[in-house]
Amino acid sequence: MIRFILRRLLQVIPVFLGTTLLVYYMVFALPGDPIAALFGDRQPPQAVIDTLRSQYHLDQPFWVQYGLFLKNLFTFNLGNDFTGQPIAASLARVFPVTAMLAIEALAIQAIFGVAFGVFAGLRRGGWFDSTVLVASLVVIAIPTFVLGFVFQLVFGVQLGWAKPTVGANANWVTLLLPAVVLGLVSFAYVLRLTRASVSENMNADYVRTATAKGLSRPRVVMAHILRNSLIPVVTYLGANLGGLMGGAIVTEGIFNVPGVGNKLYQAVLRSEGPTIVSIVSVLVLVFVVANLLVDLLYAWLDPRIRYDQ
Amino acid sequence: MTTPDVRIDEANTTGVRPLLEIRDLAITFKTGGGEVQAVRNAHLTIMPGETVAIVGESGSGKSTTALAAIGLLPNNGRVSGGQILLDGEDIAHATEQRMIELRGNTIGMVPQDPMSNLNPVWKIGYQVRETLRANGRPSGPDDIAKVLSQAGLPDAKRRANQYPHEFSGGMRQRALIAIGLSCQPRLLIADEPTSALDVTVQRQILDHLETMTNELGTSVLLITHDLGLAAERADKVVVMYQGRVVEAGPSLELLRNPQHPYTKRLVESAPSLASRRIQVAKEQGVETTDLLAPAAETAKSDAFLQIQDLRKVYKLRQGLGKATDFAAVDGVSFDVRRGTTTAIVGESGSGKSTVAKMVLQLEKPTEGRILFDGVDTSALKPAELFKFRRRVQPIFQDPYGSLDPMYNIFRTIEEPLRVHKIGDQASREKKVRTLLDQVALPQSAMQRYPNELSGGQRQRVAIARALALDPEVIICDEAVSALDVLVQAQVLNLLADLQANLGLTYLFITHDLAVVRQIADHVCVMEKGRLVETGSTDEVFESPQQEYTNALLNAIPGAKLMLPPEVA
Repeated sequence: MIRFILRRLLQVIPVFLGTTLLVYYMVFALPGDPIAALFGDRQPPQAVIDTLRSQYHLDQPFWVQYGLFLKNLFTFNLGNDFTGQPIAASLARVFPVTAMLAIEALAIQAIFGVAFGVFAGLRRGGWFDSTVLVASLVVIAIPTFVLGFVFQLVFGVQLGWAKPTVGANANWVTLLLPAVVLGLVSFAYVLRLTRASVSENMNADYVRTATAKGLSRPRVVMAHILRNSLIPVVTYLGANLGGLMGGAIVTEGIFNVPGVGNKLYQAVLRSEGPTIVSIVSVLVLVFVVANLLVDLLYAWLDPRIRYDQ
Repeated sequence: MTTPDVRIDEANTTGVRPLLEIRDLAITFKTGGGEVQAVRNAHLTIMPGETVAIVGESGSGKSTTALAAIGLLPNNGRVSGGQILLDGEDIAHATEQRMIELRGNTIGMVPQDPMSNLNPVWKIGYQVRETLRANGRPSGPDDIAKVLSQAGLPDAKRRANQYPHEFSGGMRQRALIAIGLSCQPRLLIADEPTSALDVTVQRQILDHLETMTNELGTSVLLITHDLGLAAERADKVVVMYQGRVVEAGPSLELLRNPQHPYTKRLVESAPSLASRRIQVAKEQGVETTDLLAPAAETAKSDAFLQIQDLRKVYKLRQGLGKATDFAAVDGVSFDVRRGTTTAIVGESGSGKSTVAKMVLQLEKPTEGRILFDGVDTSALKPAELFKFRRRVQPIFQDPYGSLDPMYNIFRTIEEPLRVHKIGDQASREKKVRTLLDQVALPQSAMQRYPNELSGGQRQRVAIARALALDPEVIICDEAVSALDVLVQAQVLNLLADLQANLGLTYLFITHDLAVVRQIADHVCVMEKGRLVETGSTDEVFESPQQEYTNALLNAIPGAKLMLPPEVA
């Protein structure tokens, strides 16, 4: 097992270099001059432009810029963004917010999705199953931004149950409403996945055998149906965590959450190569770790899967 | 069909109350097309300590009846009439709570397929422990080990810490028997407990089960499709057909003097019982062939197919880059003469199917040669190989898996003709019609799809497809293993007739020695990749030279039963 984990962590190196290089190159290749954009309509003196250009190494060729970025990265000095603020500090501000949002959304999906899915799957064709199935289809069909605005209007403005926007004071409570919106679509998928998996496993021979052994119904469901049904669900949730951490640009935008999505969006608008690539680097790590966790969880759920062969 | 009332009420004569008594049981299933009655007027009595077998083909209602007794009917099924009396208590409509109390403690179950009946994600020990715990019995590590070792599992302490996938099929079945008997139930329902296992393993397991239930005084309700097995293991046999009990009685009596026409057919065609008699259909077949075949042809017929020192080595991966050689087939040589049937017999893992695949040119031999009509098949060029395929055709085990569900029967049978560019549309259709006649399928089957046919009909389609190219050799890889006994007998007769009429050569791969006795002229016995014995069928059956062959022969269920001449 240790060898498997080490091997997976070593894989991070080529993945990391590849993605950062690619993203860095794409930012480099973007049309428009980031310095000119910085000044908007005003035309700064040429000397100022030149100073700024050399300060941010924009006058250097691509490979030099990328090399400098890597050097900074490994000396834990990410440099400053175009507004003069240290990138590391702004990352340290946005990532915890998005992490909170993602964990909350993930918890909503996992807990409610699995619970609803199990109930629906156990009584397939019942009223609960039919209702939930139609409802989940509706949720999947509505785009996130519509759902976001509706929730903001109804729960935030009209009912006043939650603050309509998050702003500077992001905490578990204020992030709940955006987390619900963010988690809702995947909740519908988790529900359907769990339901299908449960109703399939319910008819498995070993479930009948478990019943024949004299086990109570709850015990049969918990030990013999649920665990076996979670295998595909866990895979989906793991892949989803990476996606959630990447920042829900739309949701963060609607609720004004100062998270990764917002930051990334602004950095792209300003063609801020170092900021974009720094965020992407962290995301790559998050993805790799999330996938590793899924694989480990997978092996725990299904002992037939063994990695160190 | 008449339904004689075959109820035997021993309770009144002996004065002992039966442990289980099923009276007038009717079971209904709700399906898309309305309600279907799967079981009607079923009667059954099991006295304490007695073993009763229900025999019947798939769909006869035998498993459904047994499942009703433990309250495990599928969701769409229900008891629609009659009583199931367990020690005088009617449990046909008992509450789920009551059934949970009874299951494990009073009624145990050993299910059919050891591969799918253990939950793959829990250790064996855990699955035993939860059984003990649910029924309020001590469930410490020693108790678990005791239960497992009583079921004949060696090294039980360590084994309890393993997962099902680390067990062989036989070991898993032992674990399931351990679970079924762990709480010492008074009644054990054993639903085809060994039909998924090799014959020799089957024998060991059944012996062990018998010893255990005798010691504990457990009554056993044994469900099986194998009349020989039922007669050998049970005190009484109940024969079910199309949801009804058609006949019941003490085992040997019922075998010697079957009354109902269905039972008679079952006794006649049960391969395990037929294993002591000479194959009638085959005898006739050989004679006809001899009449048809000119003398020159017979002389030439020596060694149509020659297998010489065949060897197949697979690399087994073991860790990084390391591999060990595994000889699936090791130095096998034998000849097959034209117009005869040669059977290769062995347990799973003996390499018999690998030989078949190599003869079919689906696998390349590592060493050795296969000569077909004097030509080395390994040297065939693609075009020659294409022609070779026309002359050698396969029939596989699983009639469900070997037919494309999206092709109708006409297209299935016509495909080889189209691939080999034989004839035009009209002549191909005529050919398909002839083939359907040959395998005794109605012309109307042409437009149907595989899922609309029964297992036996599907296997007939597979035979028709194999015959489409007028092959000379047919390789049957467990071609009848998946079929019910009666259907199996029909298909074997069909194969014998076709051999007689078309002069076909068969290479028959099977694990079932009883089938071999019915169809083969020559037998090759394989064990662990090696050919351990070869000879004519009569020689091998009457005086087996090898210990292993003897073990295989003894393992045929019902082989030891003495049958009177009018049946045998």
